[in-house]
Amino acid sequence: MGSPKHRRRSSPLPGFASGLTVTVAYLGILLIIPLGACLIKTASLDWPQFVAAAWSARARSAYFLTFSTSAIAAVIDVILGTLLAWVLVRYEFPGRRLMDAVIDLPFALPTAVAGLVYSSLYVKNGWFGQFLIPLGIQGSYSRLAIVLVLVFLGLPFVVRTIQPLLGSLEGDIEEAAASLGANRWQTFWRVILPSLRPALATGFALAFARGLGEYGSVVFVSGNMPFKTEIAPVLIVQKLDEYSYPEATAIAVVLLAGSLLALGLISWLEARNRRYAS
Amino acid sequence: MSISIQNVSRRFGNFQALSDVSLNVPSGSLTALLGPSGSGKTTLLRIIAGLETPDTGTVLFQEEDVTEKAARDREVGFVFQHYALFRHMTVFENVAFGLRVRKVAKDIANARVKELLSLVRLEGLGNRFPSELSGGQRQRVALARALAMRPQMLLLDEPFGALDAKVRQELRTWLRKLHEEMHVTTVFVTHDQEEAFEMADQVVVMNHGKIEQIGTPQDVFDHPATPFVMDFLGNVNVFHGRVKAGRVELGPFSLAYDAYTHEEPRNATAYVRPHELEIDRVATATSLAARVLQVNPAGAVVKVRVFAEEYGVELNIDLIRDRAAVLRLQSGDTVYVHPKTARVFMPEPEYAI
Repeated sequence: MGSPKHRRRSSPLPGFASGLTVTVAYLGILLIIPLGACLIKTASLDWPQFVAAAWSARARSAYFLTFSTSAIAAVIDVILGTLLAWVLVRYEFPGRRLMDAVIDLPFALPTAVAGLVYSSLYVKNGWFGQFLIPLGIQGSYSRLAIVLVLVFLGLPFVVRTIQPLLGSLEGDIEEAAASLGANRWQTFWRVILPSLRPALATGFALAFARGLGEYGSVVFVSGNMPFKTEIAPVLIVQKLDEYSYPEATAIAVVLLAGSLLALGLISWLEARNRRYAS
Repeated sequence: MSISIQNVSRRFGNFQALSDVSLNVPSGSLTALLGPSGSGKTTLLRIIAGLETPDTGTVLFQEEDVTEKAARDREVGFVFQHYALFRHMTVFENVAFGLRVRKVAKDIANARVKELLSLVRLEGLGNRFPSELSGGQRQRVALARALAMRPQMLLLDEPFGALDAKVRQELRTWLRKLHEEMHVTTVFVTHDQEEAFEMADQVVVMNHGKIEQIGTPQDVFDHPATPFVMDFLGNVNVFHGRVKAGRVELGPFSLAYDAYTHEEPRNATAYVRPHELEIDRVATATSLAARVLQVNPAGAVVKVRVFAEEYGVELNIDLIRDRAAVLRLQSGDTVYVHPKTARVFMPEPEYAI
């Protein structure tokens, strides 16, 4: 086998071989094979057919909507999530543990339920809608509705990413900043926030990815109007309903490429900022 | 700038961190707060810095009462035990932080940072991040950062605690030299008596939230005010005995003791440092027979451990090398020990009712 100089050193931890086998099998069965099937199915289309299916005006409008609402929702999540994590980590108040537990609710709630609740809250006779609609704010069957429900679903990702880092930030760096003459605002802006940057980027990426893939809740709140509130996953389901599998996978491939590109960009930006964190 | 602490107390829940502490730190001095953990030394330092507020008492800088003044307005340089460097900033920006938040003009600030980096001998490392430095280098960055605004005083919390012995020694010498050049009033916290004695002009020994003794290193070492100080300064031999009529009797030993001339005997405890015990090969009237357990010749002095069977006590003795060469001790030898001097403390008399 290998040269005698490279004697295999056994790791003190057992089970590397079996662990690797399970991991590779898992990746294969759950990730690579379905994605591969998706690509193969798409390949049954020729180029003009592919363009017609995946790059129609309606499809492009749906991509744009999916990516823009996900991005906007992720930005809102980062701001709200940081605030929430800050309050949970830094202050003791009655109900803190309950609040901490409630954060995870969107993880467990079936997204269709979230969609139903949101749409019924913001319709004309809903609790919020009866006040908002006269003001011209359409919180249901609109793009705003999509953003609102995505904010709800993405929030725990941001809170749970930032919380541990915020908890581990040594209190003495804030004291150091204060003893060097910084006021609270300068301390937050120049010291605390930049230290959180890697977690903020990760939280953004997670919330963004969550938004891109979301279907269950959005179908309820958006109204699914082509060119207006129709997101790309809805378009895929419609193609499936018409038994147009290659067209459905074609849209999926574009969505996938877009997601990979966006997430790749985020992790590249993150890596650039990571030098100090080692 | 001189510091005056007047009757300061501080309690954390059930723990009395400081009780009624008063202390003067002369302008330009280098003062060590020395004590075991939990003695209140760090709390006192943090109160001086304004990072902690006393429950009662006053802190004066020169004549000015700063008790209520926020840390950021005190113009104090503080070096934290674990450095507390800003991880996301380069060394240069860390040092520049104080200048940046005080809106010092950029070219002046940059020139000052360069000057400081050369002062702490980190000229080439301005673009590194703290995670890319060694412990000693991080310590020097923290120091440069604290000095950037030309503070009126410099406060250091266990400055060399996390460093290995060699680096620690280098930094001590260097900091002492730096202090001689700058003459900025400096207070540092340490639990290492050697560090305190080597660096400080004034040593403040603390225990249980109180000051046990304030003095020059020589004072504190030669004339410890309390048994605690004696004990804390390390490695002492303890004898229990009695005082009577100007003498102290410790088993077979008898030494003059002028502080108590009454005829009525009282219990007393005597402390004898290892280098104050003498070893002989021949017995005298006032010496104690002991068996040599161990001889450790590695060091500036030869450390000998003996066991006095008659009293069941183990003693540590330091011999100068010449004397050790004459005695040529082996473990198992029987020798005769007597103290050259002793520090005697009498507990408060217990009055019979």
